[in-house]
Parts: sequence; structure tokens; C-alpha cells
Amino acid sequence: MIGFYTVMEAVIAFFLVAGGTFALIGSLGLARLQDFYMRLHGPSKTTTLGVGCSLIGSMIYFSLTNHTLSLQELLITIFLFVTAPVSAHMLAKCALHQKLPHHDRTQGHPEEFDEELEDPDTGTPSSTPAP
Amino acid sequence: MLDTALWISLILFVAAILLNVYRLAVGPSLPDRILALDTMYVNSIGLIVLFCIWLNSKTYFEAALLIAMLGFISTVAVSKYLLRGDIIE
Repeated sequence: MIGFYTVMEAVIAFFLVAGGTFALIGSLGLARLQDFYMRLHGPSKTTTLGVGCSLIGSMIYFSLTNHTLSLQELLITIFLFVTAPVSAHMLAKCALHQKLPHHDRTQGHPEEFDEELEDPDTGTPSSTPAP
Repeated sequence: MLDTALWISLILFVAAILLNVYRLAVGPSLPDRILALDTMYVNSIGLIVLFCIWLNSKTYFEAALLIAMLGFISTVAVSKYLLRGDIIE
């Protein structure tokens, strides 16, 4: 008969190794992909999931060792999962504003890409008013 | 079993931070470097969590929460500066 703590130790070990693997995959996507719009996908989704897995593993560990429910990790997890899409959206807006070059296979045509074909002196675009 | 899992996860997180340092040094444009710094913040939170499990104390979770908040604030501030040329209009 396998004890309860052995099973929970296996669950914690699985969450820790899965978290490390997801974080490595996200950073590998950041280092390997070709243009900025592809590179934004790796950290904003995969790395957040990896750190969330590690925090869930640590939440189970401290709940079992202290015999109380520990909620600090849940606070960090919720904060990370709320703020990661916001910062990714701000970075995407920033890259579109700077008109970074995009790879041929990057799909989608936002209107910022079409404006570089026009004459830049004909007027400022309506989406970015002058401060 | 938990000790081995801690070591494996530690090695994976350190490799992830080294890849972020590579992108921070090489990155052709400024948003690439901001993204690499933001990913380094998130990965360092993972390292702090592993350190807390290794020490069996919950002392450093406040540090992880502070790093999460400051990383988000700084990323939004720098991208707002690049977007508008000003942080608070």
C-alpha cells in the first residue's frame, strides 16, 4: 500500500518538473523564433504557465508540511496570470507603433503595416495622436 | 524524489534565464529587450519559489510578490514611454 505522503510527493515533483520544462520551452521560443511578433507568444503564455505550475507545487508542499492552507502562492499565481496578458498587449502595441519588420509567414495585417506604404507626410495616423 | 525534482527544475530554470540573457544581449530591437527583461522577472519568481521549497521556509514569498509587482509596473512604464514618448500625460 502506497502511503498518502508518497503520492503527494510524486504530485509535487511532477508539478515542479513540469513548471521548469514549460519555463524552458517559453524561453527557448524567445531565443529561437524569427521575428518579434512570434517571439511574444513564448514568454506571454508558456513561461506564465510554467511559473504557475511551480507555484501550485509549492502550494501543495507548504499546505502539507504546515498542516494549514497556504494562500500566498495563490496570490502570486493570480497576479501573474492577470498581469501577463496586459504587459504582452502593451509590448505588441509598442512593436506595432515602431513598425518592427515581420517575417513573411506572420499572419494578420493590422492597419499599422499598411500605413508605411503611404506617404508619411500626408498626416499623422489617427490611432497615435500627438502628445 | 523531491530532492531530485528540485535539482532538475533548478537546472531548467537556470537554462531558461541564460536563454533570456542571450536574447537581452542580442535582441535587435528595443521591445525584444523589454520582453527578455520581463521574462527574466517571471523566471526569477520561479527560482525564488524553488529556493523557498529547498529552505522549507515561507520567508521569501514576499520578495517574489514584490518582484512580480515591480516587473509588471516597469514593463508597462517602459512600453508606455516607447509608445507615447511620455509616461504620465
